[in-house]
Amino acid sequence: MSFLIDSSIMVTSQVLFFGFGWLFFMRKLFKDYEVRQYVVQVIFSVTFAFSCTMFELIIFEILGVLNSSSRYFHWKLNLCVILLILVFMVPFYIGYFVVSNIRLLHRQKLLFACVLWLTFMYFFWKLGDPFPILSPKHGILSIEQLISRVGVIGVTLMALLSGFGAVNCPYTYMSYFLRNVTDADILALERRLLQTMDMIVSKKKRIAVAHRTMFQRGEVHNKPTGFWGMIKSVTTSVSGSENLSLIQQEVDALEELSRQLFLETADLHATKERIEYSKTFQGKYFNFLGYFFSIYCVWKIFM
Amino acid sequence: MAALDRVKVLVLGDSGVGKSSLVHLLCQNQVLGNPSWTVGCSVDIRIHDYKEGTPEEKTYYIELWDVGGSVDSASSVKSTRAVFYNLLNGIILVHDLTNKKSSQNLYRWSLEALNRDVAPTGVLVTNGDYDREQFADNQIPLLVIGTKLDQIPEAKRNEVLTRTAFLAEDFNAEEINLDCTNPRYLAAGSSNAVKLSRFFDKVIEKKYFLRDGNQVCDF
Repeated sequence: MSFLIDSSIMVTSQVLFFGFGWLFFMRKLFKDYEVRQYVVQVIFSVTFAFSCTMFELIIFEILGVLNSSSRYFHWKLNLCVILLILVFMVPFYIGYFVVSNIRLLHRQKLLFACVLWLTFMYFFWKLGDPFPILSPKHGILSIEQLISRVGVIGVTLMALLSGFGAVNCPYTYMSYFLRNVTDADILALERRLLQTMDMIVSKKKRIAVAHRTMFQRGEVHNKPTGFWGMIKSVTTSVSGSENLSLIQQEVDALEELSRQLFLETADLHATKERIEYSKTFQGKYFNFLGYFFSIYCVWKIFM
Repeated sequence: MAALDRVKVLVLGDSGVGKSSLVHLLCQNQVLGNPSWTVGCSVDIRIHDYKEGTPEEKTYYIELWDVGGSVDSASSVKSTRAVFYNLLNGIILVHDLTNKKSSQNLYRWSLEALNRDVAPTGVLVTNGDYDREQFADNQIPLLVIGTKLDQIPEAKRNEVLTRTAFLAEDFNAEEINLDCTNPRYLAAGSSNAVKLSRFFDKVIEKKYFLRDGNQVCDF
């Protein structure tokens, strides 16, 4: 009887998590895109639901909620489903969708998807070689093999994320790293950007006019084709075309410059906003935290 | 020939709808072979004959400014983009026919461009929401273009085209639906080419042949 009550609680919480994952996918991840394959959304929500349920079960274990045997049952069930999804379904579907986007392999999607999945399994298995996972207590095809490998990947990812966060957070929030940006700097850079765009426009106008006059004169092709074309082009030089390719090169260089200037301007705007944010109460709080944690980390390393 | 008059038209739309391919098709009459992300803004020139075939025919440069990015960019990117919205004479709004959300975002794109261009003495009507009256007395001509027409299966085509017709009506603009990888959609004499020509003529008229006393963009 208590098993039924516990199961219904677990199932309700799983459905809630599933709904939350579904909404998150729709509202945040795919805000500007239309979902063409609902399989993706379903797998995402299912993975999210089962991960949250695992976390919930650990909390229940600590707090002592629910019957112990039903907890054990749900834990095993959860573990099996998550391993199934992580090792079999998600890699297979990733491979399948990657293959369907490549035009060459479009015909035999399933075959190539299986090949990709087998490659993944090979590397996944190889991952466990440096670690003492294989022991005489459990055989080679047991659940411990899978869990340990997933655990290795998970811990590595968490360590990478923590390291990145530890360095990025002070850099983003501490005012020590903020350059001083004035409005005049931004205006000067914007003026340079617009000047570069004007130069690009005037050069492109010359190219367009040259193309048009050539087209009206009936010379559509100005590239020598074939062996005799090349011999012919030695004697009769088309005067416009060398000029044009020179201008085209200048245009390419100017376009690259305009892209760099745009990125720099965006950077300056972002820095200016960070300076304004650091003057607010929240900004000051994060700045203080940044200093505090940096000093604390350094102290911990050396003591 | 270098002394032709010029006109500036913005090409706006979500990331990946095909603005760069469209601009390349309009200006070079060729399909763009290797589309890649547009960082910042890329400009291209189209030479347009105003009132072609009549005695008043005159040639103009049309600058097509293809601005990259999405409506939800960080506000620093939006402020940087705003530098390109100065002195514009026309807007081409591009959306993806296979992606409904790109057409919904067009409202926000047009607000971003139009509100930037309000005359300094004008009253700013921005609460960020879509306001139909703003488009009714809008002086800047708009054109709505839907891309990737070939990727819609025949069965759904009617429903998609009705939806885009409503969209174009909201903007008080003409609409063209095409596929940027096929130059046949803009072949000379087709109805799409005629609509495009009419749009460019309207933009040139608004700039150079204003009847009322509005002095904002005459130079």
